[in-house]
Amino acid sequence: MTQMTGAKMVVQALKDQGVEVIFGYPGGAVLPIYDELFMQNDIQHILVRHEQGAVHMAEGYARSTGKPGVVLVTSGPGATNAVTGITDALMDSIPLVVLTGQVPTFMVGNDAFQEADTVGITRPCTKHNWLVKETDRLAHTIHQAFHVATSGRPGPVLVDIPKDVQFATGSYVPPREAGNAHYQPQVKGDREMITRLVEAMETAERPIFYTGGGVINSGDAATQLLRELVEATGFPITSTLMGLGAYPASGKNWLGMLGMHGLYEANLAMHDCDLMINIGARFDDRITGRVADFSPGSRKAHIDIDPSSINKTIRVDMPIIGDVAHVLEDMLRIWKSRGRKINKEGLARWWAQIAEWRAVECLRYRNSDTVIKPQYALQRLEALTRHRADRYICTEVGQHQMWAAQFLGFEAPNRWMTSGGLGTMGYGLPASIGVQIAHPEALVINVAGEGSWLMNMQEMGTAIQYRTPVKQFILNNERLGMVRQWQSLLHGNRYSHSWSEALPDFVKLAEAFGCKGIRCSDPADLDDAIAEMLAYDGPVIFDCLVEKHEDCFPMIPSGRAHNDMLLAADAEAFKQGAALV
Amino acid sequence: MAAALNIQKGTSKHSAYDLRDPNSDVIERHTLAVIVDNEPGVLARVIGLFSGRGYNIDSLTVAEVDHTGHTSRITIVTVGTPAVIEQIKAQLGRIVPVHEVHDLTVEGPSVERELALFKVAGAGEKRVESLRLADIFRANVVDSTLESFVFEITGTPQKVDAFAELMRPLGLVEMARTGIAALSRGA
Ligand SMILES: Cc1ncc(C[n+]2csc(CCOP(=O)(O)OP(=O)(O)O)c2C)c(N)n1
Ligand SMILES: [Mg+2]
Repeated sequence: MTQMTGAKMVVQALKDQGVEVIFGYPGGAVLPIYDELFMQNDIQHILVRHEQGAVHMAEGYARSTGKPGVVLVTSGPGATNAVTGITDALMDSIPLVVLTGQVPTFMVGNDAFQEADTVGITRPCTKHNWLVKETDRLAHTIHQAFHVATSGRPGPVLVDIPKDVQFATGSYVPPREAGNAHYQPQVKGDREMITRLVEAMETAERPIFYTGGGVINSGDAATQLLRELVEATGFPITSTLMGLGAYPASGKNWLGMLGMHGLYEANLAMHDCDLMINIGARFDDRITGRVADFSPGSRKAHIDIDPSSINKTIRVDMPIIGDVAHVLEDMLRIWKSRGRKINKEGLARWWAQIAEWRAVECLRYRNSDTVIKPQYALQRLEALTRHRADRYICTEVGQHQMWAAQFLGFEAPNRWMTSGGLGTMGYGLPASIGVQIAHPEALVINVAGEGSWLMNMQEMGTAIQYRTPVKQFILNNERLGMVRQWQSLLHGNRYSHSWSEALPDFVKLAEAFGCKGIRCSDPADLDDAIAEMLAYDGPVIFDCLVEKHEDCFPMIPSGRAHNDMLLAADAEAFKQGAALV
Repeated sequence: MAAALNIQKGTSKHSAYDLRDPNSDVIERHTLAVIVDNEPGVLARVIGLFSGRGYNIDSLTVAEVDHTGHTSRITIVTVGTPAVIEQIKAQLGRIVPVHEVHDLTVEGPSVERELALFKVAGAGEKRVESLRLADIFRANVVDSTLESFVFEITGTPQKVDAFAELMRPLGLVEMARTGIAALSRGA
C-alpha cells in the first residue's frame, strides 16, 4: 500500500474521485493541504472571499453539472461560515463534499485557537459527517464521503481533518478498495405498486404529474423518460421551483410552476385532479398550502428515493420508493405492455377545464412606459436570451426569484440554480460563479434583488480573479420586496425595516471591482442595455431600477388552501379584510 | 407473521403501518430496536433526530452487542400517533450508520425487561415489610446496612413501577433504572 502524508492523501483522493475544481479558503488548520495543492496542477482551486461563498459556488457547480461540489475551508470560523451553505445544500439535496481543517487531535476539546466542534455543529445540517482521527482512515473516509454525498438522495457531507492527521504518514487506499459499507439506498421501485399506479393512470379522468428536484437529481435518463411519459400519456405536468427544466417550458403539456407563487392553472389542477403522480417532489408547505384542504379528491402516488419523504405531510395511496429514472422506466414499460391505455374522454374534458383556468392569465400585470416593471425586465431578458441553449440562470431570494421562475422558460435540466428549501439570500452570486467555472463558455445570469445581492457581493472579487463573465442582473426595487409584500398584504402596510436604505452606487461598485456596470431605468432603453450586458466579455453588474411597489402574484397566502389563490386583481380587497396568519 | 412484517430499510410494502389506521390520532407507545455502527457520534445523531424533529423519548438504552462487527443496539421507547411513529422509523433509517430499524411493537410478540436498583432506609416493621415484598417481587438484596437495603429488581417496566410504589411508604430514598432492553420472541 502506498504510504503518504494525510495532506497528500486528501489531494490524491480528490484526484481519484475525478475532482477537477475545489472552492476554498485557507487557514492554519488546512495549510498542509494547501501546500499539497500548491505542488500539483490537476485540481484547480478557486479562492473565494468568504466561506459561505465557497459552498454556494460548489452548489452551483454541482447543480449545473450533476457532479458533487467540493469545498475546502479551515477550522473554527472557516467551518462556521460554511454552515449556511451546507444547510442550503441539505434542504435542496445538492451533493457536496466539504473538507474542514481541525485543530490537532491532542488539542481537540481544549478550546484551542480556532477550534469549533465542527462535526457537532454540522451534524444536523449534513447528510453525514466524520471526524478523522487516524491518517490510515483518511483516504477511506473521503471515498466514503463521496459515495454518501452522491448516492440515494444526494446531500452535503463533511470530513473534519485535524492538522496532525494531515502531517502524519499513513497508507492510501484508492476508491475501488475503499468499500462502501452498508450504505446502498434502494433504487428499484416495487413492481406491484408501479402496476397499481399504471392501472390508475389508465382510467384517471383528471391526472396530473407533479414533479420536483428529484427528477433533476436522478439525471438525464430521468428527464428523458419523464418527457416520453408525458408525451405518450398526454397528461398535464407541473413542477416545483426545484424541478424546473426537467420538462421543457415550451412543451405542450406544461402548466407552469405550482406553489405559493405558482400558476393559477397549476395549483387549481393540483386541487381538482383525481390522480396525482408526485415524481421526486416532497409536498413542501409552499406547495400544499393548508394541508387539510390539499387536493381532497385525488388518489396520490409518490415516487421518491427517500422513504422518510413518503407520508411525511401528505398521506399517499401509492408510495413507490426508488430512483426516479428506474421507476419511470418500469412505469413506461408496464404501461406500454398493457396496451398504452388512457381515458381519452376524461382527459379531453380535463384539458378543457385547464384551458378555462389558463384564460384567467394569472401572470398578467400592468405595464408602464415610464418605469421598468420587474416582470417586463424578465420578459425582455427572456426574449433576448431564450435562443441560447447554454443559458444558465441563478437567482437570489425574494420577489425577483419568483418572477424569474414565472417569466423565464427552462428547456433543459440543470439550467436553473435557486435556493428553494432554505431560501438563502446571498446564494445567487456565488452560485453563478460556480456555474461559470463549470461552463466557461456559457451565458450565466444571476437574477438578483439588491438586498440579497449585497449579502455575498464580496464574491465579485472572485469573479474578477477567475475571469468568470457572470452577469449580475439586479432588479433593484430599493426594497426587501418580498418582506414588503407580506407587510403590505398581511401587516397593514406597516413597512417595518423593509427598505434597502443607503444602497451603493452599483455602477461605481462595478468599477471598483474592475468590471462593467450598467444602469437602466427607462423601459425604452432596456433592450439595448441588456444587449450591452450580453455583448460584454466579462462580469457585469446590471443595476435595473424597477418599480418599487410591485407585488408578486398569483399568491397562496400562507395558511390558505392551495386553490384559494390571490390574483393581482383581488389584492386590494384582500388587504382590506386580511386576517393575520 | 413476524418475518412478513420485518421492516427492511427502504421498503414500503411490508410495513405493518397498513394494518392500523394511519390517520388515527391515538397516541401509541412503541419500542424500537435500532442496530447501528458503533462509531463516535452515532448516539448524538439519534438523539439529535428526536430533539430536532420534536419526537418523544420515554426510554433509551444503548450498548455494543457485536464486538467484532462493531455494532450497537439502541432500544428506544417512544410515543406518538401512527403517522409520527412511521416518520420516526423512516428518519432513523435515513441515518447513514443505521443498519436496521425494528418496531418490536408491531413486528410480533416481544419481551421487555428493565433492571432497577432501589435504596430503602428504615427500621423495625417497615424494614421487615420491605424485605418481605422484595421476596415476593424476586428482588435481590445487593447491599445492606443496619438502616438500609439496596434491592436489585429485573422485570417489565410495569413490575418495576409497582415495586417502586410499594417501596415509597417503606422508606424509598433513591432509585436507578436502566431503561428498557427488548427482544422479539421466538427464533
Ligand atoms: C439570509 C436571509 N435572511 C432573510 C431572509 C428573509 N427574506 C426573504 S426575501 C427577503 C427580501 C429580499 O430582498 P431583495 O433581495 O431585494 O429581493 P426582492 O424581494 O426585493 O426582489 C428577505 C429579507 C432570507 N430569505 N434569507
Ligand atoms: Mg429588492
